[in-house]
Amino acid sequence: MEILKNVSVDWLSKKWLFVGTSLFLILLGVAGYVLHGGFSFGVDFTGGTIIQVKFKEAPDLDVLRESLKTEAVSAPLIQRYGRADENEIQVRMQTAFEGQDLEAGRREMTDALRQAFDPEHADTSKIDFNNVGSDALYTYLINSDPDNLKAQNKTFSEMETHYRTVAQSLLDYRNVKGAGIVNSLDDLRNASGVSQTVVDSLKNGFYAGSFAIKKLDRVGAVVGADLRRRAQWAIGLSFLGMLVYIGFRFKPVYGVVAVIALLHDVVVTAALFALTTKEVSLTVIAAFLTLIGYSINDKIVIFDRVRENLRFMRKESFYKILNLSINQTLARTIMTGSMTFLAVLVILLFGGEVLNGFAFALTVGILIGTYSSIGIASPIVEWWYRSVGQKTKRRAA
Amino acid sequence: MQKNLRWKLILVFAFLAICTYYFVSPKEKGAPLLSRLNLGLDLKGGIHLVLQVMTDDALNQELLQDGEAISRELRSKNIPFESSKKGAGYSVEVTGVDASRLNEARAFLESRFKHRYEIRSTGAGGKTDFTLTLMSSYVRETRESTVRQALETIRRRVDDLGVTEPTLQIYGRSDQDIQDQIIVELPGIDDPDRVKSLIENTAQLELCLVKKTEGGPFPSIEAAVQANGGYIPEDYRVLPEAGDQGQVQYLVVSKIPVITGKDVKTARRGQDANGAPLVNFFLNADGAGRFAEATGRHIGENLAIVLDNVVKSAPVIRGEIEAEGVIEGRFSVRQAEDLALLLRSGALPASLNVLEERTVGASLGADSIRSGILASLIGFSIVVVGMLAYYRLSGLNAIWCLIANLLILLGFMGAVGATLTLPGIAGIILTIGMAVDANILIFERIREELRAGKTVRAAVDNGFTKVLGAILDSNITTFIAAACLFQFGTGPIRGFAVTLAVGLIANVFTATYFSHRLFELMLGQRKVETLSI
Repeated sequence: MEILKNVSVDWLSKKWLFVGTSLFLILLGVAGYVLHGGFSFGVDFTGGTIIQVKFKEAPDLDVLRESLKTEAVSAPLIQRYGRADENEIQVRMQTAFEGQDLEAGRREMTDALRQAFDPEHADTSKIDFNNVGSDALYTYLINSDPDNLKAQNKTFSEMETHYRTVAQSLLDYRNVKGAGIVNSLDDLRNASGVSQTVVDSLKNGFYAGSFAIKKLDRVGAVVGADLRRRAQWAIGLSFLGMLVYIGFRFKPVYGVVAVIALLHDVVVTAALFALTTKEVSLTVIAAFLTLIGYSINDKIVIFDRVRENLRFMRKESFYKILNLSINQTLARTIMTGSMTFLAVLVILLFGGEVLNGFAFALTVGILIGTYSSIGIASPIVEWWYRSVGQKTKRRAA
Repeated sequence: MQKNLRWKLILVFAFLAICTYYFVSPKEKGAPLLSRLNLGLDLKGGIHLVLQVMTDDALNQELLQDGEAISRELRSKNIPFESSKKGAGYSVEVTGVDASRLNEARAFLESRFKHRYEIRSTGAGGKTDFTLTLMSSYVRETRESTVRQALETIRRRVDDLGVTEPTLQIYGRSDQDIQDQIIVELPGIDDPDRVKSLIENTAQLELCLVKKTEGGPFPSIEAAVQANGGYIPEDYRVLPEAGDQGQVQYLVVSKIPVITGKDVKTARRGQDANGAPLVNFFLNADGAGRFAEATGRHIGENLAIVLDNVVKSAPVIRGEIEAEGVIEGRFSVRQAEDLALLLRSGALPASLNVLEERTVGASLGADSIRSGILASLIGFSIVVVGMLAYYRLSGLNAIWCLIANLLILLGFMGAVGATLTLPGIAGIILTIGMAVDANILIFERIREELRAGKTVRAAVDNGFTKVLGAILDSNITTFIAAACLFQFGTGPIRGFAVTLAVGLIANVFTATYFSHRLFELMLGQRKVETLSI
């Protein structure tokens, strides 16, 4: 199969179409920015607390909000996470976060949730199985010895191995099969290598709580500021690197044009983030840097072809050569763009919530990066050659 | 096939086999397959902490001690002075030194403190004031060594916990020149509360004598002060103790410890006659000597066991004790274990401030692994189908390169023990998409050459040579982006940057060298008319 065998489109004449699209998107972004009061920065950059909780059944969000209000400085932001039937909630709040209080704060949050959703268990000595760790579980098992290993004259290390395996199996069942939560302790009968006596014994010391804390992130404001700074440095330095390298390998003007185009790509993608209020986290910044890497490749391929064509086509106008170069590399651009686009689209659709912002930035960014080579970078180079480059003798790039 | 080609291909396949080995083989005897790949926190669950070492604690401690040492010395030499205590900034202020003894005082101060402090004096009337300010180079040195010491103490505690593959690193804010933060990453931990309290606990142990007369116990601080004539002598302090019925009482305890945590060689959990958990501690030779002497001289008095400025218990000294002691006091088994662990690891030189804490539950980790694998498989399939459809048999060439890329990438990660994170998996998927770019560039060029009428062999060779520049440029620039990401990123972001970077390097190799050899293999010796591309 071969498409685009002999394309001959005058791309440079269409530049206003591309510039117009970009301006339109940027305008949308500015509108979004103003409307939503800025970007939606993750706790990485703002500091604060994110707690991700999975519930047995859909929780009453008002109850949830009330229970956490004492911990938060301002109203907690509650969002559903993942599919509706998973009953996972993500709560984001600004907390009065002083380092020393961190320990207490976490326990208080767990207690507050327990008071709201498992009030009958809030003060008992039974442990919540849905939030227990392997050590505590193992200690209980080896002390209560439900499989009666002592009576069978097993050595201590044999008992230790056995109960550590049982504890791990119980937790694996909860974490993998149950995605972190079991509805009732009886479900544990299905865990491999777990006997009924073990389950019965567990019922004496544990209960299946209504919620499980899957993730807890607390970031101090100081750290947030530091990470912001780092992100800026990373992006800034990469622009500088591109400028120098391209300027060196081709001609300085190409370096400048490349950076302008990259800036365009980052700004338009950022505009879309402002519009959709998708969260800007550290991984999103990583996506931006990857986008820069991908987008520059696109420019390089065209510039390289221009350089080659200039060597052999001294008589043609720069305008014609540039258009020709774009057309010649179009097949590659479409093909590579499609392959990479599909790869990130897959991450967007199947990669889970965690990578959502990352995949969105790249999916959008790849489209923008691809058309910016043709619609932004090339016209600027052409304008330069027309106005400035003509004055100096036209040499191969 | 030509002899050269055969050898080249054998070398490449041998290299790939090595990569596969590093990626698939178990880490050590008895471990499962694929265990060389470390799973990051976001895939395995665990806890990530950024702790700030309050280095000022250590500096203040030193200033306090120096202030008191000066007090004692001046008094023992009978030099009249007003006070000697910590002043503003990092300084000790000695005020009101009698002018007649000025030279003696100055000589003493200089002999003991000149290498750490800058000493200045101002005189008025018959009295002189000295200000000793810590030299900034010394302050900096102390800060750095405090951080290192804190790191080592935390490392001992973490090792004692039996965490596999912990990460402990000194880290600094991008705008500060002192690195006073420690990153602690403990994968697989599912009880973050216990771990955090273990790490943050300063665990300063001191054994001090209770004041012989009017030492307590008192129901309140005021009562203690009153019983001592309204004034607690400079060498003593009032500390709380949890009484038998759970109420708090206060003891007047000496400030100067007989032994401290530094003298403890090791400690372990034990139990008393009733089976209640307690902690046995064993002293090293130096400490044992001092302990024997002190206990021998103060039989009948109470010795307070003070942990982080709280009295745990204050038993009566019945006879000379040499090398070991016992800490009792309503511990659960877990608490006794943890305390023994803390004593074994030593006290933290400064307190820790938690700047950042992220805990990921194991179930979330499992979710992430599932998503990651699913996305990778689908992404790979799409690219395979795409390349085969568009480039036919040559597409197969590209797919071999892709597989080689993945083997090299994963092999490298297995060999250096790099950590695979969720963004890292995304990086692998991206590498799949971007790697084919090099192949596409070459194939398109080959097509062009064929269209221009070149022979198949010439077209293929031209394709590779003419595109090399562009391939190198693209990969180097993307590498620059990945390097910036690595330099300024943390944790999982670095994992992503590494997979991206290594993927790029592997890509240059496979797309230029390996792919070319595969073409040569495909074309063989005979004259070929057409190319499936």
